[in-house]
Amino acid sequence: MRSTSRHILGSVKEMIQACIQCGTCTGSCPNAFAMDHTPRHLWQMVLNDRTRDVLTSKTFILCSSCYYCTLRCPRGLPLTDVMGSLTRLARTENPTGFKKSHLFYGQFLQSIRRHGRVNESELMTLFFLEMKNPLLPLQYAGLGLKFLQKNKISLPFVEKEGSHGLEKIFEKVREMENQA
Amino acid sequence: MKYFYYPGCSLEGTAKEYNLSTVSLMKALGTDLIEIEDWTCCGASAAHAVSELLSYVLPTRTLALAEKMSRERKEKLDILVPCSACYLNLKKVSHDISSAPGLLEKINAVLEIEGLVFENRLAVRHLLDILTRDIDIHDVLNRIQVPFKNFSIAPYYGCQCLRPFPVFDNPEKPESMEPFIRAAGASVHSWEMGGRCCGASHMTTKPEVGRMLVAKILTRAKWADMILTVCPMCQMNLEGFQKGISRASHEKMDITILYLPQFIGMAMGLPENQTRTDLNLCITPGFYDKYQAALKQLSDGITRSA
Ligand code: SF4
Ligand code: SF4
Repeated sequence: MRSTSRHILGSVKEMIQACIQCGTCTGSCPNAFAMDHTPRHLWQMVLNDRTRDVLTSKTFILCSSCYYCTLRCPRGLPLTDVMGSLTRLARTENPTGFKKSHLFYGQFLQSIRRHGRVNESELMTLFFLEMKNPLLPLQYAGLGLKFLQKNKISLPFVEKEGSHGLEKIFEKVREMENQA
Repeated sequence: MKYFYYPGCSLEGTAKEYNLSTVSLMKALGTDLIEIEDWTCCGASAAHAVSELLSYVLPTRTLALAEKMSRERKEKLDILVPCSACYLNLKKVSHDISSAPGLLEKINAVLEIEGLVFENRLAVRHLLDILTRDIDIHDVLNRIQVPFKNFSIAPYYGCQCLRPFPVFDNPEKPESMEPFIRAAGASVHSWEMGGRCCGASHMTTKPEVGRMLVAKILTRAKWADMILTVCPMCQMNLEGFQKGISRASHEKMDITILYLPQFIGMAMGLPENQTRTDLNLCITPGFYDKYQAALKQLSDGITRSA
């Protein structure tokens, strides 16, 4: 972890300031059973500035954006967005902690950057290569094969006709974010 | 009726049949789809995890392209989106710019390098929304040819076409697919899983959790003949891992999963080269036999009355 200073959680804290700890979010979350801290508990940790505990938690990476918590929170808090903000924070503050998800999302965006659209088979291939775990693809090999048989995925690295990258857009976004 | 059409990346690959059956069905219902030229990825769930600005810029690029077409054609059309994840990403832009001052200007500052500008002029709408609110159900009813009598069908809505924006259905107790199921002569499988989460991309990054969520849904659909979906991610999760889940839970879970427009198309008698059920991964033998029996009854009926 790069830093544990308080202000890192500042913007997130602002978003959930009105939480009354009723637990509706936890009760509604389909992934709560797999989380190390329930959503309600995570908000409590954020409000108490437990930065390190928050950013090393697996809670937000297990959020599947079902929006049940956002829909039901009696205070109308944008909880799914908060999970997203925490994911981005953790990515910069604790990059080694969430290797698998981060690699996958990183590869996903690279695919968009290069082709404009996602090339599903290239994405999976690159993801497996970066994970450097030769056994991993087996979990998906069966499904990949079915898709290939049905002619649903194109072979990796073949440029689709008419597709083009979004280099300029990605560069500009990076530039603007560095300024901010 | 006419719409701008945004298929999204999955519909060019693993969800081809969703694309082709949507286009065929809309055509059969007398509707024109005009694909947005040069559309690109909406960012899926990946952009959110990495860059907030990018997560807005990616969907907005496509929206700006649609507005450009709208200006050139002098037609203000709604944008039809079949994928729930794309739909939410596109729709969220217009919602969030109204509550985040300066966001629109920032997005446009990026899009400017491609000579694009976003003015928030067109409505983004899910396929299910358009089927439910723009298409006359009596029109569908009049065109039904293959009766799905004796079929029990479980409507599965998933999350992002229902939440967080309750536009065309009740996000706690969705029912917008039911009229189509009944129109085809089938009964609606009664369950409470219609709006529950399939785990989205967990199957790739957290497969052990994803499998639990999918298993819950498949178990409760056990007595149904099929599940209908309106999202490529839901479809892939429900159909792609049935064997593994059956093995792990020592319970046989194999059930036919179809996209809603495939099912409506079948009921309207559209041929397989339009419904593209040849591309689905799990149409069970039991389902296939029952469907063939329905077809046979139909042709027998026709011969007898002739
Ligand atoms: S539902 Fe809302 S108010 Fe209740 S604990 Fe969760 S965040 Fe706090
Ligand atoms: S949006 Fe995320 S945190 Fe909220 S209920 Fe769904 S999975 Fe849980």
